[in-house]
Amino acid sequence: MIRIGVPSKGRLMQDTFDWFGVRGVAMRRSGADREYSGVVEGIDGVAPVLLSAGEIPRELAAGRIHLGVTGSDLVCEELGTGAVEVVELARLGFGQADLIIAVPNVWIDVETVDDLDAAAAAFRKVHGHRLRIATKYHRLVRDFLTAQGVADYQLVDSQGATEGTVKNGTAEAIADITSSGETLRANHLRILSDGLIHSSEAVLWASRVADWTESDRAVMMRLAQMLGVRSPV
Amino acid sequence: MTPKAAIRAEGERLLAAFLQAGAVPVETDILQPAGTLLDLYGEDIRARAYVTDDPVRGEMMLRPDFTVPVVQAHMAHGAEPARYAYLGEVFRKQARGSGRASEYLQVGYEVFDRAAPEAADAEVFALFRDLLAGLNLRPVTGDIGILMAAVRGLQTTDRRKAALLRHIWRPVRFRALLDRFAGRAPVPPGRLRLLQRLKAGSPMALIEEAGTFIGLRTPEEIVARAEALVADAETPPIKATEAALLYDLLTLEAPAAAALTHLRGITPMLPAIAPAVDRFAARLEALAAKGVDVETLAFEASHGRTALEYYDGFVFSFLADGMPPVASGGRYDALTAVLGAGAFIPAVGGVIRPGLVARLKGVVA
Repeated sequence: MIRIGVPSKGRLMQDTFDWFGVRGVAMRRSGADREYSGVVEGIDGVAPVLLSAGEIPRELAAGRIHLGVTGSDLVCEELGTGAVEVVELARLGFGQADLIIAVPNVWIDVETVDDLDAAAAAFRKVHGHRLRIATKYHRLVRDFLTAQGVADYQLVDSQGATEGTVKNGTAEAIADITSSGETLRANHLRILSDGLIHSSEAVLWASRVADWTESDRAVMMRLAQMLGVRSPV
Repeated sequence: MTPKAAIRAEGERLLAAFLQAGAVPVETDILQPAGTLLDLYGEDIRARAYVTDDPVRGEMMLRPDFTVPVVQAHMAHGAEPARYAYLGEVFRKQARGSGRASEYLQVGYEVFDRAAPEAADAEVFALFRDLLAGLNLRPVTGDIGILMAAVRGLQTTDRRKAALLRHIWRPVRFRALLDRFAGRAPVPPGRLRLLQRLKAGSPMALIEEAGTFIGLRTPEEIVARAEALVADAETPPIKATEAALLYDLLTLEAPAAAALTHLRGITPMLPAIAPAVDRFAARLEALAAKGVDVETLAFEASHGRTALEYYDGFVFSFLADGMPPVASGGRYDALTAVLGAGAFIPAVGGVIRPGLVARLKGVVA
């Protein structure tokens, strides 16, 4: 049985169902409204597994699911770019969002990452601690800033309402996902002109480490044809 | 013997040799407070060190390196001069698929001595050479001090020199800054827009126009940097001849004696490096006195310029093909000042990886 990890709620779940649906693979939640289980029609030997989008990368890397739909940002954050455990099968054309760095709009002297680096050096001298950047994407942000040679910053963890951290005094800048930028503007923040860390999109992934039995491979061939992707096995 | 036991035996042998050379043994904790290491190396260290959490002691790291705790121990309890030796595990996360060990033994030797630093450099290097003899290793040396002296001697603003010195261990950023300060790279469009805006109005007025003020960074700090940016835009580029010498220095690779001749040759055009070149010359004499052939010893001016380092003078490595450096070390005077809260002592030292030595000897696979 091929297990497909599918986001368990919200817009991402609905868009995923729609994407599979127009390709003849009908997915829906089954049972009571609050029960996390689902069914697939249109092909035998495939079972959906409803999971939090954030857990799908780990499940793929552990081989507990064969396929999974989740954002490229979450996979890169959890497994690192160039992870060997997973392979991208298709970009799904929804769930687009950018991971960006934003600073207070009143920082008229900071327009680029280069400016942020210089401001961080001066900030540390004045305030005695490194400039704080609030984020939940620790690995992606750190890798980006390391590659750019930025110093004198620290990452502080923020699992939600990250745009509010500057006003609340727990960070000087933020790195977060945005689609329209409206929340940033409402919180008096501005994106650095070269502060795009990752352009995220919903992606169908395959696990390279899952147990692909003979019959799983046969089902996958058929499924790949229906979905218009190449088979990973 | 099992491989780990064989490697430890190799480590014990090297440790005994360090003690024989006059070092006293020092032990450090495996669990190190993360704060000190983060302040020193920045967030980059998180990608390399194992971080763990203690409900009472806060964030802790599995010892990624011995130098920091050994310096701290010396600053807290040590008498001068001092020679220390240690043997123990360090822990480093490795890139996926690199095949490198994430837990391995290091055996090290550190010298804290105010007298004759060049002799101390030579003492450490020669001791390592003797202990690693017969393994067919390739020694490489460098001197970050010459590079730092060259930057300090540039005829440009203190602000630009400070920016370059701050990134001396981040070659990519250093190069980008140097290219910009030397007029070799165009001013990025973002910076041009910024300068136009800053020139169009007073910084304070621009801040007010930008809307609600948020954050810990004060208007005065923002104004100060805005004014510095405008001033920097009016600063002439570093002279082409001077910049050319610095680029030349960054890529200088030659046998040590020939490198000295070359450095002597460019000193009249870059007089600020004279004291550092004198120290380099004194070190070569001290090395020669220890029987090191400086006519063939490899010298690379940028050796040791990698992230997560703190060397600011002599640096060295002993290399073998297809494995990480078997031994490496250098001088880290500035680190003792940073960790010593005002106290300072010249220091030089290095580490050997017994696991790699055992592999080269064929003791372990």
